[in-house]
Amino acid sequence: MKKLLPLLLCACLLCAPFLSGCTPAANEKPSSITVFNWEDYINPEIFDLFEKETGIKVTYTRFTTNEEMYLRLDRGGVNYDVAFPSDYMIERLVKNDLLLPLDHEKLPEFKNTYAWLQTPDYDPESKYSVPYMWGTVGILYNTEMTDGEIDSWGAMWDAKYLRNVLMMDSVRDSLGITLCYLGFDLNTRDETQLAAAAEMLKEQKRSGVVLAYGVDEIKDKMVNNEAALGLVWSGDAITSIDLNEGLAFCVPKEGSNVWIDGMVIPRSSKNPEGALAFINFMMRPEIAAMNSEYIGYSTPNEAAMAILGAEYSENPIFNPPAEVIARCKFFHDVEDALETYNRIWEEVMNE
Amino acid sequence: MKTKPFAAPYAVWMLLFTIVPIALVAAYSFTTADGALTLRNMANFLDPIYITVLLRSLGIALLCTLICLLVGYPAAYVLAQKDFDKKGVLVLLFVIPMWMNFLLRTYAWLTLLESNGLITSTVNRVIEFFGGQGNVRLLYNYGAVLMGMVYNYLPFMVLPLYTSLSRLDRRVVEAAEDLGANRSQVFLRVVFPLSVPGIFSGVTMVFMPAITTFVISRLLGGAQFKLFGDLIEQQFLFTGNWNFGSAMSLIMMVLLLLSMSIMNRYGDQEGGGIF
Repeated sequence: MKKLLPLLLCACLLCAPFLSGCTPAANEKPSSITVFNWEDYINPEIFDLFEKETGIKVTYTRFTTNEEMYLRLDRGGVNYDVAFPSDYMIERLVKNDLLLPLDHEKLPEFKNTYAWLQTPDYDPESKYSVPYMWGTVGILYNTEMTDGEIDSWGAMWDAKYLRNVLMMDSVRDSLGITLCYLGFDLNTRDETQLAAAAEMLKEQKRSGVVLAYGVDEIKDKMVNNEAALGLVWSGDAITSIDLNEGLAFCVPKEGSNVWIDGMVIPRSSKNPEGALAFINFMMRPEIAAMNSEYIGYSTPNEAAMAILGAEYSENPIFNPPAEVIARCKFFHDVEDALETYNRIWEEVMNE
Repeated sequence: MKTKPFAAPYAVWMLLFTIVPIALVAAYSFTTADGALTLRNMANFLDPIYITVLLRSLGIALLCTLICLLVGYPAAYVLAQKDFDKKGVLVLLFVIPMWMNFLLRTYAWLTLLESNGLITSTVNRVIEFFGGQGNVRLLYNYGAVLMGMVYNYLPFMVLPLYTSLSRLDRRVVEAAEDLGANRSQVFLRVVFPLSVPGIFSGVTMVFMPAITTFVISRLLGGAQFKLFGDLIEQQFLFTGNWNFGSAMSLIMMVLLLLSMSIMNRYGDQEGGGIF
């Protein structure tokens, strides 16, 4: 007996990892899917509606950056059925053969998508992804702390906003807008252009205009009047302006980034049929409208925009006019230059 | 001998969750992404950028440990006094914040220290009262990071010191008093030397998490004062260079091991080091 107990405990320890792995019945028809999405990026009521209709149970997991998500899909040893990466990351996932092609026969609701968003240049035939949300990157500014309207990235380098600028702790976004400001392509792989942008970012930090680098904290700090300018995604700008009317948003004249967060099916999916059903469900006008209303990001769904009404469709942040979109570009995977990008960001952060 | 089998579950635990992971970290450190042996990860580390971060981490960790000791020792000393009757409550007050997740506590500081936050606005009002310019900013600087670290790690200093001081034999103190030592002599020549093991374990308990700190520096320093822990996190979560991240973890482990063995050499008495 004395020997049996420790042995049993050892056995339990050794088996524990396997037990958790084999709970979903493998031979039974799978009736659940695992969704891998951004933090705070869906209306939770959707899950119940979906389960009631299809009987498929949704397990919901979250990530905070595209890079983190990529690593989990690439090496995680976990199975996700639907994931929500952004444009340039979709490109990278496709290149590394980590996605399943979508069967458009099973996605009739795709027709609701705005025509220009059906053919994004990172996935021109929407073969691997369909858009979930989209938006721009711009400056959120406090109208009481700045004088007049802001329309240039130059404001983020302006010495009069000493300790008043919040930058994004995200390599593609912060470097991207700097490249735009310098008049370069935001997907450039040209070493001299990148070096010039790196120097700008270091200069910005040295001059002391940057109060902090952050991601999710930026909107909170802007709402609390902690800084004059912040680099944000358009959806966060909408949420912030809702909470503090003294804030305004602009997409600077030098151009910026327009982004799409798509829905994809990772190659490791155990239930691609369920995943397709979920994606199709998410593209239904009423459901897309529910999500967009809940999280404040722009819907790529034309029919959903009609449901949301004028309050949304006439808001230039939520539904940017064509001339704004015209000066914005998608991010692309920069492949080998990624190392240079990461290196630059490390140098800036440690300046 | 009879109790030996009962150590088996722990041995298996150690093997699975300590030895295997460390071996994996070591294996990653000396290989490339394709699995070929290399010393490149170690060589990469010699870049001035990373050395600067390492030195910054070392500096702030030492400073944090020193402040914790200076603040924690008197607190532990008062707590350990025999005639102090509220000690149960006070010890509890030291421990209760630790029941909350440290991330949550750090987020609370983020709100307290912002310009319109409770602490900063009070400080500024006091300065204005004395005729100064009330525009002090407490968030997003070196001091804020240090503050967050001291706040988070102080209990790790106070508790071992408290244990060590309250275990102190009162008779030794009384003997010193009987022999004519005054209060400061009693403290400097009897109490303090006897509490050195407690100091060593307190210093170890604070220094270790302090030097591997991450997140606190990102949140309270606005990512402008990257510490070694942030650098490792960056490699694993964003850059995806697990090999380099592992190499940095290994370097950190070796440095910690070295400093601990030096500590243990000088502080190897009962109740002392944690190794």
